[in-house]
Amino acid sequence: MLRIILQRLLTAIPVLLLVITVTFVLIRLAPGGPFDEERAVPAQVLENLNKRYHLDDPIHVQFGNYLFHLLQGDFGPSFKYPSRTVTEVIAAGLPVTLELSVYALLVAVLIGITAGIVASLKPNSLQDYVPMSLAMIGICLPSFVLGPLLILGIGIGLEWLPVSGWGVSPGDKILPALTLGAGYAAYLARLSRGGMLETLSQDYIRTARAKGLSEWRVVWHHALRGAMAPVVSFAGPAVAGLLSGSFVVETIYQIPGLGRFYLQAAFNRDYTMILGMTILFAFFIIVCNLLADILAIWLNPKLRKNLEKAR
Amino acid sequence: MAVPSAKAGIVACCAFVFLLVCGCTEKKLSNVEYGNQNQIIYCGNGDEPKSLDPHLTTGSPDNNIIINLFEGLISKDHATLEPQPGVAKSWTISEDGRVYRFQLREEARWSNGDPLTAEDFVYSWRRALTPSVPNAYAYMMYNIEGAEDFHAGKITDFAQVGVKALSAHELEVRLTHPAHYFLQLLDHHSYYPIHGPTLEKFGGINDPASRWTLPGNLVGNGPFVLKNWEINKVIELAKSETYWDKDAVKLRGAHFFPIDDQQGEERAFRTGQIHLTNTPQMDIEKIETYRKKNPDVLRVVPTYASYYYEFNVNRKPFDDARVRRAFALAVDRKLIVEKVTKGGEVPAQNFVPPDPAGYQPQVYWQEDIEEARRLLAEAGYPDGKNFPVYSLMYNTHDNHQKVALAVQQMLKKNLNIDIQLENKEWKVYMMARKNLEHDIVRAGWVADYMDPSNFFDILRSYSGNNNTGWKNERYDELMKQIAAASDTAHRNELFEEANRLLAEEMPVLPLYYYSDLNLVHTSVQGWYDNAMHYHPLKHVYLQQPEP
Repeated sequence: MLRIILQRLLTAIPVLLLVITVTFVLIRLAPGGPFDEERAVPAQVLENLNKRYHLDDPIHVQFGNYLFHLLQGDFGPSFKYPSRTVTEVIAAGLPVTLELSVYALLVAVLIGITAGIVASLKPNSLQDYVPMSLAMIGICLPSFVLGPLLILGIGIGLEWLPVSGWGVSPGDKILPALTLGAGYAAYLARLSRGGMLETLSQDYIRTARAKGLSEWRVVWHHALRGAMAPVVSFAGPAVAGLLSGSFVVETIYQIPGLGRFYLQAAFNRDYTMILGMTILFAFFIIVCNLLADILAIWLNPKLRKNLEKAR
Repeated sequence: MAVPSAKAGIVACCAFVFLLVCGCTEKKLSNVEYGNQNQIIYCGNGDEPKSLDPHLTTGSPDNNIIINLFEGLISKDHATLEPQPGVAKSWTISEDGRVYRFQLREEARWSNGDPLTAEDFVYSWRRALTPSVPNAYAYMMYNIEGAEDFHAGKITDFAQVGVKALSAHELEVRLTHPAHYFLQLLDHHSYYPIHGPTLEKFGGINDPASRWTLPGNLVGNGPFVLKNWEINKVIELAKSETYWDKDAVKLRGAHFFPIDDQQGEERAFRTGQIHLTNTPQMDIEKIETYRKKNPDVLRVVPTYASYYYEFNVNRKPFDDARVRRAFALAVDRKLIVEKVTKGGEVPAQNFVPPDPAGYQPQVYWQEDIEEARRLLAEAGYPDGKNFPVYSLMYNTHDNHQKVALAVQQMLKKNLNIDIQLENKEWKVYMMARKNLEHDIVRAGWVADYMDPSNFFDILRSYSGNNNTGWKNERYDELMKQIAAASDTAHRNELFEEANRLLAEEMPVLPLYYYSDLNLVHTSVQGWYDNAMHYHPLKHVYLQQPEP
């Protein structure tokens, strides 16, 4: 297991390097610079700014300097916010995005898996059709549609919850968590239903029922673990997706998370901020996939045996 | 069989309760209700401020906060915008209008208790003009003797610049020419004083990226102090206890939320999260709804700002003034403001808006389709025949798109000319415009101060903001004469000549003068409508009006 983790971490290094190089080049190819303003910036001011942030150096020198500082854990200064570093901005946004992702994951897991289990217990009945139809709607409804709908219905129509902000008004974290988690809940519902149906038809489940165990014990203690394998495979990319894909929800609800910073950095051509965020998100995706693989191996004895044989 | 689903339901319910608890804060009231009880105002504020350093800021969201943290020599009346005493309690102006002497208040203090002196202004203005500080508004100080040379690095001794502390509480400023609007400029953030010892502590006069503006570090001299700044979340101000006029300040605090989405800001207002929106524009669709259902909170105010299209006169066929005039004559501005923008904008037949208390530009042409067709035929395009395909570029925004669509239809109907609309992302748009890569491009100008020169100067041949390629020696000469003119009547005559020249040459196509559209809760008192979107919180307070 340790060897697999080390192998995966080693392969992550060239992947990260590639991500950095491509991002570094692409953002500089984008038209417009970080210091362009609507009103003409005097040439001298622009010159001073370029000098200060070393943008007047040849691009390979800039790249070398960036890597040198990165290796020391320094993401550089933000071009947009002169008194802040990229690390500070990330430190401000990361806890918010993590918190939002945890709530969304909670929504996804609790609603999704529950709905999947409920549906699988009576396949092709109303108990199956209703949650699965809702799941299909959830999959088809992107967050930029669901968000405004929830805002209109629950926030403005019923006046139950605030419609923007994060931790500034009572209950302002609920709608964002629901919006972000709903799509993943729908996927999880379908995956867990499929997994449960397959597991419930296994011989060991029949044996458990024949021994007179209650349906709750059969489902909870025997079927659930086996049914979760596809869910876990999905969970890794899903967690990475929640962390890196929250920018729509963060923008709709004006949440000060990483996604919103990322989007603003792209519009502002804040080179160092874009690079810092991209590296962080790439790192998240790699780590989440690795964790999902480890979890899958732990849950599935067959995979464990195959790995031992391969060794 | 029903047991698992019931248990799962309970678990799901628990999760929602958990989320609800997580979402709750101490307060049980909406922000507006809480604010009204505690004299704390909650404001939408557009984008996240770039900086709270008066010498680095460029945007309106930054300025909305800075005007509460600092105070210049002069402040402006919140309603009339007339200059009134700020840090300076009085001043004298020499007969030739070039030498100003300001008497500073002895009781003026920094937020850390230090006395505020004339030397503080000398230090601050030196820093504002220091070449290594990327101050985009340094040019606003070029009226001062030697300021431009110091900023360009031609002189290095600041003693040669026309700013001098005559005593601890007397400041002398010498100008290169009698700038009529100079007192107004003194309330611009580039002229605000900054606290030298704080700046020196966090990096010194040459360091533009120092951390002196962060909470706990910032020392200001305005009616409020910086209490908290959570990036992209909230900026909190508290009433200053050292401000010389603190008894006039009724608010205990202010919260500014960076809500960069107009719809989001309106929703936040509607649900009681903010007392007022601070983005000067709002969604067209919402304006009518507020007019009908909630007119008390909608503030529509004409502003000193112009919305126009710039021709690229270096490209055919826009190198021909007859074509440019034909376009201007063929657009129905009244229809645009009444049916498209619907926000109280005023149709514009001049580039420069009229100043209610000053220069009123004359109108030299009327919309006239027949005359437009004649001009176009004279230029070689009868009934629009052989007119090349060209594009109208604008930056991504619903309102700009709607206006461009209307203009496209009008030109097709009235002149039989086809036009392609080109929608560009903000930075791409700015770069294309600056490099004259357009045929026609949308533009807007919001005045920095109430003087026509602020608009006319844009079209000088070598102005960095002239994105038309239009160069006119006579116009440039007029601008020089205006800068040197001391007599108001003579100055207005020169303005009028420049205005006539623009009407003949038409390097820009005026469309309308902007209006300011804000939502302001009825409990907000002392927030006055004005033409400059100037809304300091010094005299604002919260009180629900009697029913």
